[in-house]
Amino acid sequence: MKTGTKTRIDAERCKGCELCISVCPKKLLGKKGKVNKRGIQYIILKDADNCTGCALCAMICPDCAIEIK
Amino acid sequence: MSKIFKRPRSMKDVPTHYCPGCGHGLIHRLVCEVIDELGIREKTIAIAPVGCAVFAYDYWDFDTMEAPHGRTPAVATGVKRMLPDKFVFTYQGDGDLAAIGTAEIIHAGNRGEKISVIFVNNGVYGMTGGQMAPTTLLGQVTATSQFKRRADKEGYPIKILEMMSYLPGVVYLERTSIFSPKEIIKTKEAIRRSFQTQLDGKGFSMVEVISPCPTYWALSPIDAMKRIEKEVIKEYPLGVIKGN
Repeated sequence: MKTGTKTRIDAERCKGCELCISVCPKKLLGKKGKVNKRGIQYIILKDADNCTGCALCAMICPDCAIEIK
Repeated sequence: MSKIFKRPRSMKDVPTHYCPGCGHGLIHRLVCEVIDELGIREKTIAIAPVGCAVFAYDYWDFDTMEAPHGRTPAVATGVKRMLPDKFVFTYQGDGDLAAIGTAEIIHAGNRGEKISVIFVNNGVYGMTGGQMAPTTLLGQVTATSQFKRRADKEGYPIKILEMMSYLPGVVYLERTSIFSPKEIIKTKEAIRRSFQTQLDGKGFSMVEVISPCPTYWALSPIDAMKRIEKEVIKEYPLGVIKGN
């Protein structure tokens, strides 16, 4: 189901704490082994089509790395 | 297209120096969101503490001052008395507020200074290497209580809000946490009520936020949030301690 929202995760801001993974109700977030400039495995949105844009991940992110529009 | 969630305008677009999973970044953001929503950014003066949040002025896009260890409420008192039309709040950790600056915070509350205090309680001295703070739970292992904190040796965890609730000058006290999105929303509401108390000219207000320190609790960020939910809030019950 597409809801028209767009979730963008800033890889360079992400510190890989995984708090967003723990709150996503649909378990759409995860790691894929890619690292950013600081050597941190950052979080990616695995399935953008099922994301409803509920913004729970953005709300718990300590680093403002997630933006939803 | 309007954005559902974005970085608040009062928060600078720079990476923070906090450890992964630290609660400070989140609480910084909540403070900025409330300031943006109340539209008081131009008249805000924040007082930053000594502790992990010592570089808060690098992340907040409003006027910020730095105070020596624990003396944050004293500096805030001076600023508010000289500039009574400004909005003044302090942001302090538990080592800063509950240990080094106990005298300052108690007397600022007793005088009924019209300031707001954000008290971030994570139960350890994070900046200096995870030593025991007065707010450390009994049985917790830290750098200076390696055989667990014992009541007969180090005393009991100090509950600043309950202590301050007896002071007539204190108007609003609430303890919240950030271990789930629900609690984060409640924390934001508590910060808003605290700020509104000052804007209405009522008196001293303080919000204690129970925050994780994954590094010095030696837990993953997710397990640190679970520890707050299972252990820490039993010692520090959440809710409004004083006020409406």
